[in-house]
Amino acid sequence: MDTTITVTVNGEQHTNEVEPRLLLSTYLREVLNLTGTHIGCDTSQCGACTVMLNGETAKSCTVFAVQANGAEITTIEGLEQDGKLHPVQVGFFEEHGLQCGFCTPGMMMSSISLLERNPDPSEGEIRHAIAGNLCRCTGYHNIVKAVQFAAKNTDP
Amino acid sequence: MTTSTFEYHTPTSVADALALLSSHGDGAKLLAGGHSLIPIMKLRLAEPEVLIDLAKIASLSGIAEADGGLAIGPMTTYYELMTSDLVSAKAPVLGEAAGLVADVQVRNRGTIGGSVAHADPAGDLPGVLLALGARFEATSPTGTRTIEADDMFVDLLTTALEPNEILTGIFVPTTPAAAYEKIANKASRYAIVGVCAVLTVEGGKCIAARVGVNGTGPTAVRAAGSETALVGSSLDADSIKAAASVAADGIDALSDVHASDEYRIHLTMVSAQRAITKAAERAG
Repeated sequence: MDTTITVTVNGEQHTNEVEPRLLLSTYLREVLNLTGTHIGCDTSQCGACTVMLNGETAKSCTVFAVQANGAEITTIEGLEQDGKLHPVQVGFFEEHGLQCGFCTPGMMMSSISLLERNPDPSEGEIRHAIAGNLCRCTGYHNIVKAVQFAAKNTDP
Repeated sequence: MTTSTFEYHTPTSVADALALLSSHGDGAKLLAGGHSLIPIMKLRLAEPEVLIDLAKIASLSGIAEADGGLAIGPMTTYYELMTSDLVSAKAPVLGEAAGLVADVQVRNRGTIGGSVAHADPAGDLPGVLLALGARFEATSPTGTRTIEADDMFVDLLTTALEPNEILTGIFVPTTPAAAYEKIANKASRYAIVGVCAVLTVEGGKCIAARVGVNGTGPTAVRAAGSETALVGSSLDADSIKAAASVAADGIDALSDVHASDEYRIHLTMVSAQRAITKAAERAG
């Protein structure tokens, strides 16, 4: 039996009838056509599907869309505001924080969450914060530099 | 991966959740943070017909002071445990152990109650709660009962909770010196082995010890041999080593792709030595 859910994604409200077993990752990609959220391992490990769910990062492959009923969600598509990139996006651009780009959306969500909780993280704290995001190119060095760049260039 | 189909409910009170659980019987599963249940549903190792999501029951979340210790709602997340001033004041080892679970995203969603009720031997909190001497409140349609930590963890993925009961509260006493040491699987961060030592020291002698072990065997257990060896000792390096050397005694060690039984027993002794040493240092 389908369930009606209403979610606010990147500031826009959506109401849909969904099967309870529909995963949030699939809902975002296939119902809302927001394909920036990637599905990597589909087993809660790689973090490619990370989104902000009520202000906290979550692996959207391990949340049913019905659990997000009433929630505010931010995906990678919601970071740019009025043509201006988010400081974390600027950091990944300036420091070449990506190679193939597959992990990047999830990596950026985790980076943003870190900087919200800890605006001036050490290198160790950055590495600890992205432990739930696997980069299959193993490009962690520049990802850490990208987050450091964003930390320096984010208005307090 | 897609789970099998199910009916989804979001009760807003424990009474409503209990009624749903009673009416749907064996086909129903309670959903907490979902970070154990949803992965096994995706593998079709669990195919509940009904999911009862506890997320909308406000009384099941939060951390408060109670009877000199902590009353913790089972829907409290690992992140909330890690960042709670009350937890760091009353039972800091619980926050430290929560911070070693998986990764940030999982700690944002995963709950203490889910960890207890799922009773995965590779979970971190069962061994810690055993060592802390926690008490659990279980509520059924006929009332509420208390389950001591020593009676809670029965077997692999099996607790003392009855099918018609919901875990509604966790009480953790204020802890003396304690430490949790874990050997984590590098990919999943699940505990291959984890040992929590809780020590009471007076006049340079250990007068009480509780040691909880998870990961080694099918369920979290206390290391009775280690506890006996520690009580009365001065917690010097030799007595700690002797106590740690029997930490796996009596445990029917698991053997799988991650670690053989022999290796798990070795890791248990190593982790026990680290945890007891750190707790002894903290006891001053």
